Amino acid sequence: MHLQDTKVQRMIEINEELCKGCDICIDFCPLEVLAISASINRRGYYPPEVVNEEKCIGCRLCELVCPEFAITICNE
Amino acid sequence: MKDDVIIPGPEKRLKPHRLLKFLRQEILPTTFCPGCGCGTVLNGFAQAVDELGIDPKDMVFVTGIGCSSWIPSPYFKGDTLHTTHGRPIAFATGVKIMRPDLKVVVIAGDGDIAGIGGNHLIHAARRNIDMTVLMVNNWNYGMTGGQVSPTTPFGVPTTTTPYDNVEHPLEAAELVAAAGANYVSRWTTYHVFPLMESIQKALQVDGFSFIEILSQCPVSYGKMVDMRKASDFLKFYRDQSVRVHKAKAMSAEELEGKIVVGKLMERERTEFTASLRRINERFRKG
Ligand SMILES: Cc1ncc(C[n+]2csc(CCOP(=O)(O)OP(=O)(O)O)c2C)c(N)n1
Ligand code: SF4
Ligand code: SF4
Ligand code: SF4
Ligand SMILES: [Mg+2]
Repeated sequence: MHLQDTKVQRMIEINEELCKGCDICIDFCPLEVLAISASINRRGYYPPEVVNEEKCIGCRLCELVCPEFAITICNE
Repeated sequence: MKDDVIIPGPEKRLKPHRLLKFLRQEILPTTFCPGCGCGTVLNGFAQAVDELGIDPKDMVFVTGIGCSSWIPSPYFKGDTLHTTHGRPIAFATGVKIMRPDLKVVVIAGDGDIAGIGGNHLIHAARRNIDMTVLMVNNWNYGMTGGQVSPTTPFGVPTTTTPYDNVEHPLEAAELVAAAGANYVSRWTTYHVFPLMESIQKALQVDGFSFIEILSQCPVSYGKMVDMRKASDFLKFYRDQSVRVHKAKAMSAEELEGKIVVGKLMERERTEFTASLRRINERFRKG
């Protein structure tokens, strides 16, 4: 399940209202797909934003490491 | 189970996170501090349950007191006994004996499981009673403000050891392996994939299964050691961990300060409630 076919269309979905801006997903994405966004959410945290979606290999590390279930990879 | 997300999200939402169905969504986001490892453990656990296809109705969660005890209760949508500090394994023993058909899962902290509940841990492992215990080791009593715990590293300041901890930490996983458990491993919140696979394994093992999960408390613990970001801990776990098979070839000096991760024990000792049932059968026939 880890490395997906890179040709598969992928979408990284970030639920900004669940995010607490801990930056783990940004710091550990192996391909620097994510960065801190410029806008804050309702609770005052800076969620990640997708800056390099085409580089994403769909490894799901960001999804599994997120303590708040705020980021997920959709493969369809 | 309902799949729809109640949490307000971006308009362009494609598909809800597939693991949210296991959670009590109405109380999200969690009350954990930003970057707390408790959420990552919850994530890995939900993922393991999803991959195994276990119905949460076939499980019972037993937990104690502390931030880590909040992982199952209230967040995981399952039947839960939220018990007193240090006693989840004792309650879980009763549950398993009366309802051997259910999967019994204990998730709690280092202070709870290895500190105040340490003796329950040793003897449940010795009995090899069928349950899965996830001990979230964040190196301190996080909930109460960062007091020293039996797993706090030597020489580290905490709120109750401001001049540094003069005690040596307990190696909980090795202790449980020596006590008689059928399955023991240690992973960290950096090793999310092997951790999730290990949780799957632990849930399937018949007998006492134990995972020591090194986690992060960037707030209560981090404030004393200047590790205020979750990533500081994850980088430490990435750089300082050594796999079990490599550790076997290393000297005690080389292993100083390292974290041995991987499977520490797997065996097939007779399980406690199975032995109880056999005795019951004997007298019923006689
Ligand atoms: C009998 C008893 N003693 C002390 C406490 C206070 N207390 C609450 S949580 C806690 C420590 C929790 O530490 P741990 O189990 O490691 O959980 P963490 O918060 O670090 O996840 C203590 C001592 C209590 N609730 N009950
Ligand atoms: S799936 Fe992997 S590559 Fe893609 S954003 Fe997440 S961590 Fe980065
Ligand atoms: S890991 Fe989760 S909570 Fe932390 S910044 Fe990323 S999306 Fe937000
Ligand atoms: S005090 Fe520590 S363990 Fe408790 S929620 Fe905050 S970061 Fe997590
Ligand atoms: Mg703790």
